[in-house]
Amino acid sequence: MEHSFIDQYSELNSFIHRLDPRTKLVVSLAFILAVLLTPPGEWRIFAVYLCIMVGLFAFSKLPPVYVLKRSFVIIPFVLLVSIFIPFFKEGEIAGSYNIWFWKVSITYNGLFILANILIKAWLCILSLILLSATTKFSNLLEGLRQLHVPRTLVLIVSFMYRYIFVLTDEALRMQRAYQSRNVGGSLLHRLKAFGNMIGVLFLRSYERAERIYMAMSSRGFDGQIRTLSKLTLQRADVYFGVAFGIMLVLPHIIPW
Amino acid sequence: MRNKVIEIRDLSFTYPDGTVGLRKINFSVCSGESVAIVGPNGAGKSTLLLHLNGILRGNSFVEICGMRVKEENLREIRRKVGLVFQDPDDQLFSLTVFDDVAFGPVNMGYPESEVIERVAGALEWVNMKGYEKRSPHHLSVGEKKRVAIASVLSLTPEILALDEPTSNLDPRSKWSLVALLKGLPVTKIIATHDLDLVRALCQRVVVLDNGAVVADGTTDAILNDISLLRAHGLAPEI
Repeated sequence: MEHSFIDQYSELNSFIHRLDPRTKLVVSLAFILAVLLTPPGEWRIFAVYLCIMVGLFAFSKLPPVYVLKRSFVIIPFVLLVSIFIPFFKEGEIAGSYNIWFWKVSITYNGLFILANILIKAWLCILSLILLSATTKFSNLLEGLRQLHVPRTLVLIVSFMYRYIFVLTDEALRMQRAYQSRNVGGSLLHRLKAFGNMIGVLFLRSYERAERIYMAMSSRGFDGQIRTLSKLTLQRADVYFGVAFGIMLVLPHIIPW
Repeated sequence: MRNKVIEIRDLSFTYPDGTVGLRKINFSVCSGESVAIVGPNGAGKSTLLLHLNGILRGNSFVEICGMRVKEENLREIRRKVGLVFQDPDDQLFSLTVFDDVAFGPVNMGYPESEVIERVAGALEWVNMKGYEKRSPHHLSVGEKKRVAIASVLSLTPEILALDEPTSNLDPRSKWSLVALLKGLPVTKIIATHDLDLVRALCQRVVVLDNGAVVADGTTDAILNDISLLRAHGLAPEI
């Protein structure tokens, strides 16, 4: 069955694609940090950061529609945690509403913070999309490993990415088999069937995990995770890293 | 008489839940032989294969290339016995074909240049050159099986143990896999109930039913003994 992989555009060839995953990881982290540390209301700095992102996306040859769609996926989650801020922040009142017997008021101050949170979240997610869409997932993990993220952790993520599709396939097959026998029934009945499916899926994954472990042991796995290192930093990585760092800092020191 | 590479005496195995897996198995394999282990589902074929490299261990006598299967020999034994699992999705757990085929050699601590050489060699054997950077999930079932075989060939094993190598394969992939296996100059133990495969590949057949060896002989003798096959669910009743 076909799935959309998060690195489906990683085969494109561009300057950004060719950068070492470690450079991209560090640079993305730095970008996120810079965005988060920018004081609220510095719209010009945000604009500069957005320009940097747009420029890099233009370089990367990723389809703009794909990037926009992916970047908006995160917005509902951000809204979920931040939507109440305008109601609770104190300050000058922008508007009051009566909902049944509650009197709710929104403050300018709260709206201001909400706008900042949304912009910051969006900028951060853009940088992560750039990172994950231009890097093969296996290289990304190799980069993490070489940046000394614990190997067990990296291995767990690698397993997750390898088997999530196997699992979705299994779930899909089960769902089809269920639907082809489904002749209606009450909600309770359907919920029960759904619960059973989740249970079976869990058991199957558990058994698969045991078989995978046996297959690993058969090839000499003894609990030690060993890998070949295949990454080499190039001069372009250094140039890019330095240039990017300057661009991050520059808007903060220019007297606007 | 050629030297024995596998010798098993009085092997019994019971699973932790009380299910009997194997009952007093005696059998040996000489170097260069191709032996089929046939039997109905649940006969204990896979259980037997798992004993060949010490994944499962009973209290009995299992000797591989003159080494007893026990803790201190496991590393060497696992290098000599390449076990290919039935479901390639179990065997191929890495994000790239290269990493999967390199997994064994890297675990054995070979230097980097040798690992790369071994991976290239193994992929060449199974006609999968050029797939190094692909993700196993993107491959067809036939390709996955080939890569799974390459992932143990990269350790240059003396014994290749395959669990249902042709399951889920269409006839074309199946016969090209058979041709591939035929060309590999190693001792082969093949657990299967695909009798076409047995005829094409093996000189000797061991019939396993309910955890015990019920027949052991040449392929011709066993596959022509219809009443024997019928008795163990390997041929139609009528």
